[in-house]
Amino acid sequence: MKIAVLVKQVPGADSPLSIQSNQNWVDEGSAAFIMNESDNYALEEALQIRESMGEGEVVAVSLGPDRIQKVIRESLAKGADRAIHIQMDTEGVIDPLVTASHFAHALKEENFDLIFTGLQSDDLGMGQTGIILGEMMGMATASLAMATELGDGKIKVKRELEAGWFQWVSLTLPASVSIQSGLNTPRYPSLKGIMGAKRKELKVVTPNAIDATQSLEKVYLPKSDKQTVMFEGSADQIVEKLVETFRNEVKVL
Amino acid sequence: MDVLIVLEDNNGKIHRMGLESIAAAQKLANGLSLSMGALVMGANGDALAKEASEYNVGEVLKINNEHLSSYSSDGYAETVKQVIEQENPTYVIFGHTYQVRDYAPKVSAKLMKPFLVDNVDVRTNEGNVVFTKQMFNAKLSADVEANSSGPFLVSFQSAAFSMDAAAAGSVSIRESTVQLDTAMIRTKSEPPFQEEVGGVDLTSADIIVSIGRGIGKEENIPLAVELSKALGGELAASRPVVDSGWLPSAHQIGSSGQSVSPKLYLALGISGAIQHVVGMKGSKNIVTINKDPDAPIFEISDYGVVGDILEIIPKLTEAIQALKN
Repeated sequence: MKIAVLVKQVPGADSPLSIQSNQNWVDEGSAAFIMNESDNYALEEALQIRESMGEGEVVAVSLGPDRIQKVIRESLAKGADRAIHIQMDTEGVIDPLVTASHFAHALKEENFDLIFTGLQSDDLGMGQTGIILGEMMGMATASLAMATELGDGKIKVKRELEAGWFQWVSLTLPASVSIQSGLNTPRYPSLKGIMGAKRKELKVVTPNAIDATQSLEKVYLPKSDKQTVMFEGSADQIVEKLVETFRNEVKVL
Repeated sequence: MDVLIVLEDNNGKIHRMGLESIAAAQKLANGLSLSMGALVMGANGDALAKEASEYNVGEVLKINNEHLSSYSSDGYAETVKQVIEQENPTYVIFGHTYQVRDYAPKVSAKLMKPFLVDNVDVRTNEGNVVFTKQMFNAKLSADVEANSSGPFLVSFQSAAFSMDAAAAGSVSIRESTVQLDTAMIRTKSEPPFQEEVGGVDLTSADIIVSIGRGIGKEENIPLAVELSKALGGELAASRPVVDSGWLPSAHQIGSSGQSVSPKLYLALGISGAIQHVVGMKGSKNIVTINKDPDAPIFEISDYGVVGDILEIIPKLTEAIQALKN
């Protein structure tokens, strides 16, 4: 079983986000980058499949400038067997068709049985790359996976539907599956894993893509449509104001 | 037609976000003087077509095909692709539902045309159509434009448009066909099922105390339990808390969980990612405590505190208990 996992480096949930003066993008220099949350779950799912089958290969694939080698090394340290880095400047690249084309080009000779991606990136939030890539590579696709079961040339995926509903879907291999966060418990890299990662293969390849079909005009702070009353002071003062509000304004006490 | 609205089946009725996308499509079509049509398909196509025909959507296009009796991403993507080729719309409008997220990117790949997703607004500006979406988990807004020529696939976020804004009408229903065969459909679905809701019905609660990633660790959960008891409310959570296994999924609020509109929604350490916000923004009073002043949840909050929930929660619990005694 040969599994590719697409991992993306994104600013973390607690990262500072300052907008460039030309409003083209955020200032990446001041951002604190981490592995995209759902990609971490996708990687774990692939590692667990390899371990339970007792054979196979997990390849971490990532697209971006040199800084992303940090998440590539992290993937290798957690147990990916090797990695592919599609090296390019991704600032202002938002079109999932372009991104998926880069991956399709890099992976076309590899003949993966499975491609796992996170459901969506925590920066752009397009949620399309894995499905488009699957379509480009002639694979069956499924999104929002909350569990996977392999067997008999197929993968069974427990898909999350809306409002607490689920559905099992069986896909013929090869398949591309986008993974929802929460389906497993991602591991931390061991010291041995971190040391071993340095000896694993990391292939750097050049991109090859199509013209963008959509583009980012500008980013800006959201306009609030609500007046928020802010309470300040010591914890005790704040508690007093909250209790007063619950009592007199919200009327629940 | 210029604008094609793709409507989704929700147990024989048009999915709520489909009605919202009718309102979005009407805004776009009116702004550019474009003609409209609405597409329905699947086992409940007749009922959906009738319901859709009561809106001002130009006309209703109904596809009957044995391969569409249950949902498959391959079948639905191929159908929408063929309808686009037959009808040649410039815009194809969807609600940003989980089903659309599953198959619409395949349509985009088949046609190599963009899918502009999860928009909160659309406006026309000197002939250009500008779509606004959220990025960085709703911390920033972004304006996105399509390059080249259509068709453009476009989805709108839940509640970006009000379904009440969808203008009524009386339009005709046209039947059409697509060519599908068994070999095209590479997936096999089992019937949908619901997991234990565990007796937690958050939808009827007047008071909800909801915790997010900011609660820090499992050992801190009892603090929130005590507060919700003191207030006489229900305990809820955003996705990261459930993903970490700190509370069962029955407590989850948001697109994957329950949608609520209590009198008081007390959001503790919740950043306000859109997947959460869609499930609670209808609350009558949203009170937020978060250490990050830039957390997007403040934008929809009535009252806010920038502070440490671990310090404030126990004091608040104590003050409410004192008041009630």
